[in-house]
Amino acid sequence: MTKVTIYVTLRESVVDPQGIATTEALQKMGYEEVKSVRVGKMIELQLDGSEQTIEARVNEMCNDLLINKVIEDYRFEIGEVASK
Amino acid sequence: MKFAVLVFPGLTCDLDMYHAIEETVKQDVEYVWHTEADRLDQFDAVLLPTGTSYGNYLRPGALAKSSPACKHLQTFAESGKLVLGVGNGFHILVEAGMLPGGFLRNQSLKFRSARETVRVENNNTAFTNDYTQGQMLTLPVANEFGNYYADEQTVKKLKNNNQIVFTYADGNIDGSTEAIAGITNERGNVLGMMPLPERAVEAIIGGTDGTALFQSIMNNRGEQHVN
Repeated sequence: MTKVTIYVTLRESVVDPQGIATTEALQKMGYEEVKSVRVGKMIELQLDGSEQTIEARVNEMCNDLLINKVIEDYRFEIGEVASK
Repeated sequence: MKFAVLVFPGLTCDLDMYHAIEETVKQDVEYVWHTEADRLDQFDAVLLPTGTSYGNYLRPGALAKSSPACKHLQTFAESGKLVLGVGNGFHILVEAGMLPGGFLRNQSLKFRSARETVRVENNNTAFTNDYTQGQMLTLPVANEFGNYYADEQTVKKLKNNNQIVFTYADGNIDGSTEAIAGITNERGNVLGMMPLPERAVEAIIGGTDGTALFQSIMNNRGEQHVN
């Protein structure tokens, strides 16, 4: 079993209202060094398959459903699932 | 003319849409549950109501793609018949790739339930021919993800093809690109809009500016409308 962690962020060209609100909140709390915050999400998959097929399959999943490329970018990491 | 109200799990305003057809154009209208969408070809127009399909998980409208209904809806639209998606129905059309763009959280970060002034930017469509060009409408909105986004290239295309049908005329509170409130596909037979015309068909519920949209569909019976 393999664990894939997908990080989804809004594209750079897209204004992120949550990020803006969070930036302002941090600055109000005194963290003036913060110039910008972008809020994204993480999607974790556990799946079967060889390393070569997983990469292609995960890209397919991202294109088919997990990502809307108009507004979002993504990258992912492939790792082993620790056996319990 | 036969109308279908296509219902995905989590859509809640199917009744409003059904009622709007009964109230305005008094045609045959039927609910079609998403698992029965293989019979859409029996209908002349499909209406996608608003609500929160699949809990809006992942992205608003996105998980509807896991239903085979989306494929049937695409086939239906490719045949040239009319598809109207409002609110979350618009989200589904975008996520299904039937309309360009994407949706972001409202600039205000709030769920907004209000009335908006909406301008008719193109009255030469199958959905707006009963309005006049530039007409100002008062229509309700109720959404958290009303912030339509399209990149520069897409906006250019939308403008060149006259696909922008409605814009917000009095401020653009949700933050939509170019104040866009509604667009059609290139062919002009699929309309997505955030304002809710089905909630504006009776004076008793606060207005009738949505009536002409349903009337427009009737005016087009049997015609192909290409922008």
